Amino acid sequence: MLTAPKLDYALLAPILVILGAALIGVLVEAFIKQAWRARMQLVIALGAIVVSFNLLVRVRNQGSSIAAVTSVSIDGAGMFLQGAVLIFAFLGILVIADQDNFVPQASALPGSAEEAAAIQAGKQQTEVFPLTLFAVAGMMLFPVATDFITLFVALEVLSLPLYLMAGLSRRRRLLSQEAALKYFLLGAYSSAFFLFGAALLYGYSGTISLNGLTDAIRGSGGNDVFLLLGITFLSVGLLFKVGAVPFHSWTPDVYQGAPTPITGFMAAATKAAAFGATLRIFYLGLDAAQTSWKPFIAVISVITMIVGSIAAISQRDMKRMLAYSSIAHAGFILTAIVSLNENALSAALFYLFAYGVATIGAFAIVTMVRDSAGEVSDVNRWVGLGKKSPLVASVFSLFLLSFAGIPLTSGFVGKFSIFSAAYESGNITLVVVGVLSSAIAVFFYLRVILMLFFADATNDSISVVIPSVLTRISISICAIFTILLGIAPSLLFDIAQDFAYFLR
Amino acid sequence: MSILTSMQLLPLIGALIVGFLPASNAKLVKQVALGFSLLVTLASIVMALGFDRNNSALQFTEVRTWISAFNINYAVGIDGMALVLILMTTILVPIVFLAGWNESENGRWNVKVFYILLLILETMMIGVFSATDVFLFYVIFEAMLIPVYFLIGGYGSGDRAAAAMKFLLYSLFGGLLMLAAVIGLYIISTNQGGATFDIARLSELTIDSTTQNWLFLGFFIAFAIKAPLWPFHTWLPTAAKSATAGTSTLLLGVLDKVGTYGMIRFCMSFFPDATKTFTPIIITLAVISILYGAFLAIGQKDINSLIAFTSISHFGFITLGIFALTSQSLTGAIFYMVNHGFSTAALFLTAGWMIKRRGSSQIADFGGLQRVAPVLAWSFFLAGMSALALPGLSSFVSEFLVLLGSYAKYPVAAILGTLGIILAALYVLLAVQRAIHGETPASSAGISDLNLREKIAIAPVIAVLVFLGFYPKPALEVINPTTQTIMTNAGVSDPVAKVGK
Repeated sequence: MLTAPKLDYALLAPILVILGAALIGVLVEAFIKQAWRARMQLVIALGAIVVSFNLLVRVRNQGSSIAAVTSVSIDGAGMFLQGAVLIFAFLGILVIADQDNFVPQASALPGSAEEAAAIQAGKQQTEVFPLTLFAVAGMMLFPVATDFITLFVALEVLSLPLYLMAGLSRRRRLLSQEAALKYFLLGAYSSAFFLFGAALLYGYSGTISLNGLTDAIRGSGGNDVFLLLGITFLSVGLLFKVGAVPFHSWTPDVYQGAPTPITGFMAAATKAAAFGATLRIFYLGLDAAQTSWKPFIAVISVITMIVGSIAAISQRDMKRMLAYSSIAHAGFILTAIVSLNENALSAALFYLFAYGVATIGAFAIVTMVRDSAGEVSDVNRWVGLGKKSPLVASVFSLFLLSFAGIPLTSGFVGKFSIFSAAYESGNITLVVVGVLSSAIAVFFYLRVILMLFFADATNDSISVVIPSVLTRISISICAIFTILLGIAPSLLFDIAQDFAYFLR
Repeated sequence: MSILTSMQLLPLIGALIVGFLPASNAKLVKQVALGFSLLVTLASIVMALGFDRNNSALQFTEVRTWISAFNINYAVGIDGMALVLILMTTILVPIVFLAGWNESENGRWNVKVFYILLLILETMMIGVFSATDVFLFYVIFEAMLIPVYFLIGGYGSGDRAAAAMKFLLYSLFGGLLMLAAVIGLYIISTNQGGATFDIARLSELTIDSTTQNWLFLGFFIAFAIKAPLWPFHTWLPTAAKSATAGTSTLLLGVLDKVGTYGMIRFCMSFFPDATKTFTPIIITLAVISILYGAFLAIGQKDINSLIAFTSISHFGFITLGIFALTSQSLTGAIFYMVNHGFSTAALFLTAGWMIKRRGSSQIADFGGLQRVAPVLAWSFFLAGMSALALPGLSSFVSEFLVLLGSYAKYPVAAILGTLGIILAALYVLLAVQRAIHGETPASSAGISDLNLREKIAIAPVIAVLVFLGFYPKPALEVINPTTQTIMTNAGVSDPVAKVGK
């Protein structure tokens, strides 16, 4: 007999609010007249995020965490990451609201008469807002999903809007569309890998839930060819999403081609969501089989750190450089999976938040540096920015110093906590590699700071546009978080520690 | 609130106030900055007077929770070694301000930024010597590189950007190695009954010898880059050549002392066994530094590079004194750190004035300076004499103690070190002879002598060098109890009798 599953709507409410707002956004796009659209979309999106965050705060102490039978479990780490995604979305949307970065009519072919007409008519479609909200809903579901079907659905809900959003850039549209296509194709491959892995694990354990998988591994001893194959395929899918080497090749292209506000949002929020799911799967579902996957992930982590740091040195494009830096950071966070202890989990949560905030801020600043043809992302043309706009250059340097892990910024505390957890678990090699690749990474961050401040401007055509109030608010919040979490990390770290648990 | 905390806050408040002053009024900015640095000097003198020299425990301590998750505290406190180094710092800062009154005006940014950076740097310099929490020490150790980076890159001369980058990369590399070691130490303390970063409690850990060796290297390489010891020294000459005289003074005089300070405070007390294991290698490196620095100094044509290489030689002496592990040599090394600070200040500041007046930093461009600018010339002469450790000047006392102490254990190293003194006479006298004696070339004829401001700036430095040269007792009395504590902690004893006064 079939009974309706029991759903705990209070726990699911934060996700449902976002999904509802996304649907309303679609309707607004269809029925409201052009002049009001942008403002309404913005209000709806930000309002939904605030409401959702509020609901999330309200359920934080609820005893039961099972939201939907065995499919969704809203536990500490899950809630923390949902909160982080919401904050990233809030900061991201403030930057996205500057519509100047987006194509007026996405359906028009690049360079076509149709596009020219759309620009002429001052059209500006605003589908990016509902798309963002759909992605956010997926990102909120991904880290709390506890069976493979829900995981897969969440993965697709978060990925599909992102594929579209990557192609929405107003300028250099072909590059943007190429990025979108690449992201889509490779993303589809990785989804297939994920699904294939899930199928193999189902074949092995006879269940799709993570809990069932754990029990099956405990029962069988965890050395079965289906299990190992399943873990491998599943990992490939997940590692693709977090941008780990050797599944990283999409990252620089997509980061470069996507509209910069989207890049910032995507880099921060996707990473949080994808690592949330990865952490849950490895901590909860595959914990019992750790001897078989730990060496594999450790190797991935090492090469990700090294390749990310070294490849970033040769980049001449700011967005590509930040992309490789994000790859290196993915390597650092992967050490937390290998460490597999509670401290590593809280460290990873803190790291994801600190990194995300700095990333959104850094990309928001990239949107501001322009010449007459639009954004300038060529590093060499940033020369002398410190002279022209000292404040912008200083804040950008602050984010870079945080990426580099210089003390008194949030990045340092993140690095310290994640490395100490790795040391604690006995993975000293990972610590040493991490420290050395940080030393390499420092080089290219500093080179940018050097260009900003210590080189004389050779080209006068770049300028910093005066950012819209919203972008300014977003950057300021990011900068404040970055300094505050560097000086008084306890503010967030204590929360991360309280929330650093997964419930079966 | 401990006086140490207020001394760290004062420059910060100064920096904040400077930040709100109008950039156009450069004079006011300088006066406010100087005023705050003098207040700090005053506070440090009050603190020194209140310091109980018979008490070998940490004094003026304060502990506040900072990051509870890792049991990290804001913990400060000083012993004799930290006291003399802090005093040196707080005395040098206003002197640097006064001596380089106009050096901030040719920079990339305005005068305000220069003084804000320097005041922040002063806070950190006091903090780094007073921190008794390893994490706090590490944070300041790394963070203080940033203001120096901007001071060299923004206000230096020549290829300043490259020099700043080289300095920062070297230092950060060492710092990151140290980070791994700090984490290791923290985890070991976690496994041995309670996570802590407290220096005293970390010294009580029992660590197996392999781990000790690795962690020791993590700390030591960071400090050897900082100090700088051969072969980790290559960043120093470029930095010294590009930085302004004031920045160089603080960089070599104070910041580099953090390296030797760290060797004593951390390497020796945390890893006594590893210290003994590595001693022969380190002594060798120290002797190489002494001779290498001296030989290269002889060949330098640029005054600032000359001073940089003499410093490499002198840091060799300090390291030799530390790792010879006798109380005489250790006391000598700590005292040497202070003297080197003042003696380097005298050299860089007088050289800076000479370079500014002549418009060239080549020694060959000077000559017969004593005829046209006698006070400047003789100040430079005295600074040089202090660098070659002339009896009667304080550096002689410390160099003598270092060599005496190390001779008892490492006679060969001490004898080779003595060779360094002879070479020192050569490089100093050659430079002095070329610069201030002989005929005055026409190009140097217009050089003016020191004005009142510059005289006021250099006078205290020379006074300290002479005073401590004839009467080192007050300094040695403060340092001696610390030396004893360190020796006991490191588990080493003296082959010879205790230090005489």
